[in-house]
Amino acid sequence: MLELQNVSFSVTTEKGEKKDIVKNVSLKIDERFVAITGPNGGGKSSLAKLISGVYQPTGGRILFDGTDITDMPITERARLGISFAFQQPVRFKGLTVRDLITLAAGKKIDMTTACGYLSEVGLCARDYIDRELNASLSGGELKRIEIAMILARGTKLSVFDEPEAGIDLWSFNNLINVFRNMYEKVQGSILIISHQERILNIADRIIVIADGEVREDGTREKVLPNVMNGNEACSVLTSKL
Amino acid sequence: MDQIEKNLLEAVADLHTMPDGAYNIRENGKLAARNTTANVDIVTKADGSGIDIIIKPGTKNESVHIPVILSETGLHDLVYNDFYVGDDCDVTIIAGCGIHNCGTQETAHDGIHSFHLGKNAKLRYVEKHYGEGDGTGENIMNPTTVVELGEKAHMEMETTQIKGIDSTKRVTRAALAAGASLVIREKIMTHGNQYAETDFTVDLNGEGSSANVVSRSVAKDHSKQKFLSRVNGNTACSGHTECDAIIMDEASVCAIPELTANNIDAALIHEAAIGKIAGEQLVKLMTLGLSEKEAEEQIVNGFLK
Repeated sequence: MLELQNVSFSVTTEKGEKKDIVKNVSLKIDERFVAITGPNGGGKSSLAKLISGVYQPTGGRILFDGTDITDMPITERARLGISFAFQQPVRFKGLTVRDLITLAAGKKIDMTTACGYLSEVGLCARDYIDRELNASLSGGELKRIEIAMILARGTKLSVFDEPEAGIDLWSFNNLINVFRNMYEKVQGSILIISHQERILNIADRIIVIADGEVREDGTREKVLPNVMNGNEACSVLTSKL
Repeated sequence: MDQIEKNLLEAVADLHTMPDGAYNIRENGKLAARNTTANVDIVTKADGSGIDIIIKPGTKNESVHIPVILSETGLHDLVYNDFYVGDDCDVTIIAGCGIHNCGTQETAHDGIHSFHLGKNAKLRYVEKHYGEGDGTGENIMNPTTVVELGEKAHMEMETTQIKGIDSTKRVTRAALAAGASLVIREKIMTHGNQYAETDFTVDLNGEGSSANVVSRSVAKDHSKQKFLSRVNGNTACSGHTECDAIIMDEASVCAIPELTANNIDAALIHEAAIGKIAGEQLVKLMTLGLSEKEAEEQIVNGFLK
């Protein structure tokens, strides 16, 4: 369904030096639930942005269902069936939860349907549907609404960038169930960037990205034990532990 | 009344037919229709310069509509309206001005509205300004609002100018007695080469009085906006003023806050934010399948809702 062929992404730093963020990554993703993990700053979020079209690759091609989408803008990729949940959800003054869910669904939806999406993520529709997505909502609430929007879209591919970031422990327990339910109900594939063992635990396949490259790639059974052994920590740090 | 005038009436006062309750409809500088009720009297001033609207003390849940519509090009309409809202009233006044100018000359409406609210009176005042017409003549509106709030009186003023006004200077002066409160919500969108200036002065004179002046605006194309907001805290009081503007294209927005505390217990706050639409907001809506233009429209409409 999704294929990355030798995808690279580099930026120019303030000092004018070229920095490679994603280096020649090739991946073919057909599984229903794939988790990408790895250390911070390793290029995971950049990879998600390259897939959704927020960033343009500096090299390589991206194919979605056989179509070359490398040069397609964000809107066209979204219309083809790619959804992207931000790590840090965006606030909108004036736009309500109802507005955003309706825009995500792409059509007018009734209260019961909207309520369904919100209750999936543990929010009571009656309390939230007419609230503005402004500073009055907490980070965790925004995050859940962000996920509800992805549910409302129901596309072939849903990319989540660290859905656990900014969520309290209590909410996180429920979040796991959200993804379990998604796995069962949604027909498409889920690509999720996460550090959380409990999310990795429900993935069919785990890809470890570090320093812009694929370090490990395989089934959960194969990759998870290595990730949990913490072989990424440096000797200075481990000597202090 | 022809279709153009009916459309204007709908745009500024949401009126499809004659409203319930008291009303005074002014059309091209002349009285077109008037209705008074047992509690609301509307009287033409002796010198013909405008009207007095007198609302009896204790009047509750009544509304007064006073729309003005101009469909003749080249007309300069100046009107003085005085509103006397008696003690303990709870009423709504809906004003508004619509101009349809399809000629080449300037059409202007300058309304000077003075409000005198008695003790404990509550008023919601809604004012919409709207212009249309494919002529080259400019649509100009310069409203002045003078507000005097009696003890514990409360007034909410909602003003909207969304479309078609080429030039506006809106002046609002308010003086508050003890325990009185004033809320002003202004929404403005300018486009083309339009100019909009708002100038608020609020004097918090009575102990425990409070004011909240909030402006949300969008400036597009080459339009210019200026927002002046003066709040004078002359006693133990609280005042908050906020200007929140989205700037687009080649537009320009200027926000000038002026807070003066003349008393140690005056608590005054000003907030101002001017900026373009955040890139991440556009990107978020585009990941939902909207084009950049559609995303921009949604953000602007939501902001001015």
